[in-house]
Amino acid sequence: MAADKFPIEASHIMMFARSVADDNKIYYDEDYAKTTEPGNIIAPPTFAQASAQFDPNYFLRPKIGEPWFGSGKEATGIQRDGSGGGGGGGGGGGLHAEQHFEYHRHVSPGDVLTGETKPGKTWEKQGKRSGKLVFSESITEYRDQNGELVITARGVGVRTERPVDQ
Amino acid sequence: MALKVSELSVGDTYTECLVEDLKRTQIVQYAGASGDYNPLHTDEVFTTEVAKYPSVFAHGMLSMGMTGRMITNYVGDGRLKKYGVRFTSQVWPGDSLNSTATVDEITEEDGEPVVNLKVETTNQDGMVVISGYASARIDP
Repeated sequence: MAADKFPIEASHIMMFARSVADDNKIYYDEDYAKTTEPGNIIAPPTFAQASAQFDPNYFLRPKIGEPWFGSGKEATGIQRDGSGGGGGGGGGGGLHAEQHFEYHRHVSPGDVLTGETKPGKTWEKQGKRSGKLVFSESITEYRDQNGELVITARGVGVRTERPVDQ
Repeated sequence: MALKVSELSVGDTYTECLVEDLKRTQIVQYAGASGDYNPLHTDEVFTTEVAKYPSVFAHGMLSMGMTGRMITNYVGDGRLKKYGVRFTSQVWPGDSLNSTATVDEITEEDGEPVVNLKVETTNQDGMVVISGYASARIDP
C-alpha cells in the first residue's frame, strides 16, 4: 500500500470500527475519547490497511473507465490467462498470508500520513492444500505530517497454484 | 482499565466471541471501509464460477480487525505496541469465531512494563483461523 496522502478522518475511523464490529466509543465519540488515556479519538489497530482508499493505484478497487474483474453480465469482466492473476482472478490467485503492525504512536483524526512501500523477501513452499505457494513480503512505513514514523506494517501475500482445498 | 504487572501472570487468558454467524453484509461493510473490493469477498458469481471457491469468504484483515478488538478490549486503548498474525484458514459466511489472548511473557521495553500475548482465533469447528501475537504497554 502506498499513499502520498492518507488523511486520518473521524468518519472513516467510525465506519472502519463498525465494519469490524467494534463499538468502543473511543472510535466515534469525541467527548468520551477526551476522558480516556489517549485523550482523543484514535484509529483501531488494523486501520492503516484502509490506506488502500488513498492509494491511487490500488488494484483491488474498481477504477472509473477501466475493466474490472468482478462479475457483471459475465462471471468476470476480464478474461485472464489461467495462471491466476492479481487478487485471485484465475484458477488460484493471491491471498493474504500474514500481517504485522508495529505502532510507534496511535494516530488520531487530523493526522495526515504518507505510506511508502518497499518489497521484502520472497520465498516458496509446497502446500498440501493448494500446490506450490509463492510468498512475497512488503513493508510499508507510515509517517505523519512531521515526518515521524508512526506505524510500520509488514504484509505477506501468497500466490497459490490452485484454489485452497476445503 | 489498563493491565497491571502485579495482577498478571503468565498463562492468564482473555477470550471474546468475535462474531456469530458471520454475514455477507458485514464482509461488504468491511470492503467498503477498508477499500479492499476484491470480488473474492463480495461477489458470489465471480468467486464460485471463476475463482472456484465454494463461496465468498472474509478478508483476512476483517478477522484480524475483529481479533484486534478482543486485544484492545483486554489491554486498553492506545496501549498496543505490536500486533501480528498469520492467516491459517479461511473464514466463511456463517462462521462463528472466538478469540483468545494468552499471557506469554511479562517484560520490560524501554524502561516500561510490557505484556507479550499469544493470540488465537478459532471457528465453530475449533479450526485455527488466525494465529498471532500482540505486545502492549501495561502499568507497573
